[in-house]
Amino acid sequence: MNKFKDDISIVLCGEAGQGIQTVERILTHVLKLSGFNVFATKEYMSRIRGGSNSTEIRVSSKKVSSLAQRIDILIPLSKSAIEHVKRRISPYTIIIGEKENIPEGFPVEKYRVIDVAFSKMASDIGGRVYSNIIGAGVISGLFKVKEEILRDYLKQHFSKKSEDIIQRNIEAVKKGYEIAEDLLNTERIEFDLQRDPRIRDEILINGAEAVGLGALAGGCNFISSYPMSPSTGVLVFLSQQMNDFEVLAEQAEDEISAINMAIGAWYAGGRAMVTTSGGGFSLMIEGLSLAGMLETPVVIHLAQRPGPATGLPTRTEQADLDLALYAGHGEFPRIILAPGKLEDGFYLTQRAFNLADKYQVPVFVLTDQYFIDSYYNIPALEVDKTTIDSHIIKTDKNYQRYRLTENGISPRGIPGHGEGLVVVDSDEHDEEGHITEDLELRTQMVNKRLKKLESIKKEVLAPELIGNKNYKNLVIGWGSTYHVVKESLEGLKREDTSFLHFKQVYPLHPETERFLQKTEKAILVENNATAQLGKLIKLNTGLEIENKILKYNGLAFTVEEVRSNLEKYL
Amino acid sequence: MNSQLFDTDNIDIAWCPGCGNFSILNALKQALAELGIKPEELVLVSGIGQAAKIPHYFKTHVFNGLHGRALPPATAIKAVNPDLTVIAESGDGDMYGEGGNHLLHAIRRNPDITTIVHNNMVYGLTKGQASPTSQIGFRTPVQVKGVFENPFNPLAMAISMDASFVARVFAGDIAQTVEMFKKAISHKGYALVDVLQPCVSYNKVNTYQWFKEHTYYLEDSHDPLDRLKAFEKALEMEKFPLGVFYLNPSKKTFEENSGVYQENKIPLSRRKTERKEKLKALIHSKK
Ligand SMILES: Cc1ncc(C[n+]2csc(CCOP(=O)(O)OP(=O)(O)O)c2C)c(N)n1
Repeated sequence: MNKFKDDISIVLCGEAGQGIQTVERILTHVLKLSGFNVFATKEYMSRIRGGSNSTEIRVSSKKVSSLAQRIDILIPLSKSAIEHVKRRISPYTIIIGEKENIPEGFPVEKYRVIDVAFSKMASDIGGRVYSNIIGAGVISGLFKVKEEILRDYLKQHFSKKSEDIIQRNIEAVKKGYEIAEDLLNTERIEFDLQRDPRIRDEILINGAEAVGLGALAGGCNFISSYPMSPSTGVLVFLSQQMNDFEVLAEQAEDEISAINMAIGAWYAGGRAMVTTSGGGFSLMIEGLSLAGMLETPVVIHLAQRPGPATGLPTRTEQADLDLALYAGHGEFPRIILAPGKLEDGFYLTQRAFNLADKYQVPVFVLTDQYFIDSYYNIPALEVDKTTIDSHIIKTDKNYQRYRLTENGISPRGIPGHGEGLVVVDSDEHDEEGHITEDLELRTQMVNKRLKKLESIKKEVLAPELIGNKNYKNLVIGWGSTYHVVKESLEGLKREDTSFLHFKQVYPLHPETERFLQKTEKAILVENNATAQLGKLIKLNTGLEIENKILKYNGLAFTVEEVRSNLEKYL
Repeated sequence: MNSQLFDTDNIDIAWCPGCGNFSILNALKQALAELGIKPEELVLVSGIGQAAKIPHYFKTHVFNGLHGRALPPATAIKAVNPDLTVIAESGDGDMYGEGGNHLLHAIRRNPDITTIVHNNMVYGLTKGQASPTSQIGFRTPVQVKGVFENPFNPLAMAISMDASFVARVFAGDIAQTVEMFKKAISHKGYALVDVLQPCVSYNKVNTYQWFKEHTYYLEDSHDPLDRLKAFEKALEMEKFPLGVFYLNPSKKTFEENSGVYQENKIPLSRRKTERKEKLKALIHSKK
C-alpha cells in the first residue's frame, strides 16, 4: 500500500516541444478547481526542441509554494528523463510511463515502475499528441478530480479547435481516468489530501503575470523592451493588454532604445517600464544614468538569470543585485524592490510606479527566472488597495524643471500641460534645465539629487520577520527565496530560529542593524556565489554574516536542500 | 512671422564664430514661426555634440538626452503626446555613428517626427576626429593616414528603406533651408533632413566654398515619388544634389499603428482611464 499524505510532488520530464507545459497548465488548473493547493515550477534548457526539461507540480492540503527535491510521482516522457532527475527519485517514487522511456539497465525492481502504453493508446485515439492528455487524465483520476472538470477545462482550452479534435481529447481523458481507476485498485495507491472549496475562487498566476498585473495597477501605459529570457513574459503580458488597458507596447531595436524610449515616455507624461535581464540591462546602463540626471522616473523590471555574459539563459540566479545597485556612472539615488511572494510581484510593481513618479528616480523590480516561471494559487489580488499616484503638476510661465527645493524634489511638469516650458538635459544643468558649467551650481544640483534619498528612506519597506520575535538564530534572505526558506524553517520546527526576508533591498531598512544585533547567529541564504545582500548589509551595518548558504549552479533552492544546510548551522 | 518667439535671453552660445550651426538655428526658428508653431507646442530632442546643443538656444520644451540616443525618446514623446511637434536634432556622428541603429528603426517605425542632422563630416565637440560621413582621405589626429572607410550615405540608406521624407540642404543657403524645414515639419510621417554644414574649426576640406562648388539643386523635373530615380540621385557623391529626394506620403505613422489611438484620439499623456474594474475582471479571469 502506497499512501501519500497532504503534500505530493509530481514531476513531468521530457524533451522541449513535447507539450509538458500544456499538461502542466491543464493539471494545475483542474487540481485547483477541485480545491487543492497547487504549485508549479519548471526548469528548462535553452532550446526549442529536444534536451531534457522538467516541471514540478506540488499538490497539497496546506499551501506550499516552493520547489521540493523529492519526487512522488514521475512521468517520464522521453528516454533521457529518468537520468535527468535521477538524484531526485527514491524507492518511494512511483514512475508511470511507457517501457520505451525507461532506460536500459534501470533497476526497475528497486522502484515502482508502472508501465502504461501512452503512445499506443494515443495512436488509437488519433495521434501521439493525445498522450499528454491521457497523462493529464491519469493524474486527475488519481486525485479523484471530477471528470467533467477536466472535460470542461479542455473544451474551453481547445475552444478554437474543431469538434473532432475536442471529441478526441475527451476520449483521451476517458482513457486516462480508466487507467487511474485501475492503478488505484491494483497498485493500491492512496492519496490522502484535504480539499478546500475556497481554493476554487483563488487565482492561479505566475511571476510574470504578477509583475504585469502590478504594472497595470500602477498605471503603466507604455512598455518598450527587447526580448530576453526570463524577462519576456512581462512584455508579452502587457502587449496582450494593449486594447483593454490602452498600453502602448513596443519591441525596441535594442535595450538602449528601450530605456531611452521609456524615459522619453515619462518625460511626455506617460508611465513607462522596461523589462529585461542582465545582459540587456547592461546595455541600458547609460540610460539609467540619464534617468538619474534628468530626474525622470523609470521602472525597470530586471529578471535575473545566471551570468556573466549569456550565462545560462533559461536558469535562475540572484546575482545582479550588485549590478542594479551600482549600475550607471555618476551618483544618483535609486530604489530596488525584490518580490518574494507572487503578491509582492503585484503590489511592489504597482508601488514602483508611484515611487518612481514621486521621487523622480529609477525604481527596480528585481526578480529572477524562478520567480517569473513559478506559479501557485493565491487569493485574488486586491485592486482596491492599489492607487495610481500621479505627481505631475500643471506648470506656470516661470516654471523651472530643476527648481532647488528643501527636499530635493522639484515639481515635475510635462510639455503641453500648463504654460511653462519643460527643459531636461543630460549635461549638468541650471534650475531651468539648460546646460551649465557653473561649478557652484553643479555642487548644488548633486546635493539636490542625492537629497531625495533622505525622503526615500522614510518609506522603505520593512523586512518581514517570520517566526518568533525573540530568536537566537536569524536566517536572512531576499527576493524569490521567500517561500523556500519559510517552508524549510517550518519543517525544522525550531522556536529559536526566525527568518528575516527583505523585499526592498535598497535602500536597506534602518532597522536592519537592530535585527542583526539581537541574534546570536545569522545565516544568509542567497542564490548567488558572493553573498551580495550580505555585502550590502555589511556596508550598511558593519556586521559581517559569516554563515552562508549559497547556490549558483543555475537552479533554485529546494526545501530539502535549505533545510539540511540550515541543520548544519543550527 | 516672428521668429524671436523662440529666442532665449542671455545665452552663452558654445559654437565657434562662423559655424554653420548658426544658420541652421536661425532657419529653424524662422521655419517654425512661419508654420505658426508655438514654443509650448514644440519639443526639441537632441543627443550630444556641438550640433546637439541647439535646443539650449531655443525657447521651447527640450529633451537633451544621450549621445546617439535622440530618436528613441523623440519617438516615445510623440507617441505619448501626438499633439506636440517633435524634432530630433544632432550631428552626423551622433545620428549616423553612435545612433545609427536607432535611425534605421525610426525609419521603419515612421513616427511623425522630423530629424535634422547637422552634417559637418567631422566630430566637432571631441575636436576633430572622422565621422561616418567624412570623405575618403580626410586626415585627422586619429585618422593619420586619412579616412579609408567608405562614407556613409544617409540619403541612399533612407530611400532604400522607404523612409517617408528624405531631403538634403546646404546650411549656406538659408532661404532654401527654411523652406526645407517647413516641408519636413509639415510632412506627416518620419522626415529626415541631412544638412550640409561647414565646420570652421575642424574641417578645413569641406568649407563653405567647397560645399558651394560641390552641390547643386535637383532639377524641377525630379519626381520625389519615383523611388528608383531618387536612389540614383542619392548615389551621386561627386556633386551632392540638394532638395527633396524622396517622398512616400502613404505610410501610416507609428502613432497610428501603435493601437492606442485607433478609437481614442486623446493623447496618452492626458488620458485618465479608469482601470480598476477592468483590472478586477482580468484578475478574476485567472481563477
Ligand atoms: C557614449 C558617448 N560616447 C562618446 C561621447 C563623446 N562625444 C560627444 S559628441 C561626440 C561626437 C560629436 O560629433 P557630431 O555628432 O558629428 O556633432 P558635432 O559636435 O560635430 O556637431 C562624441 C564622440 C559621448 N558624449 N558619449
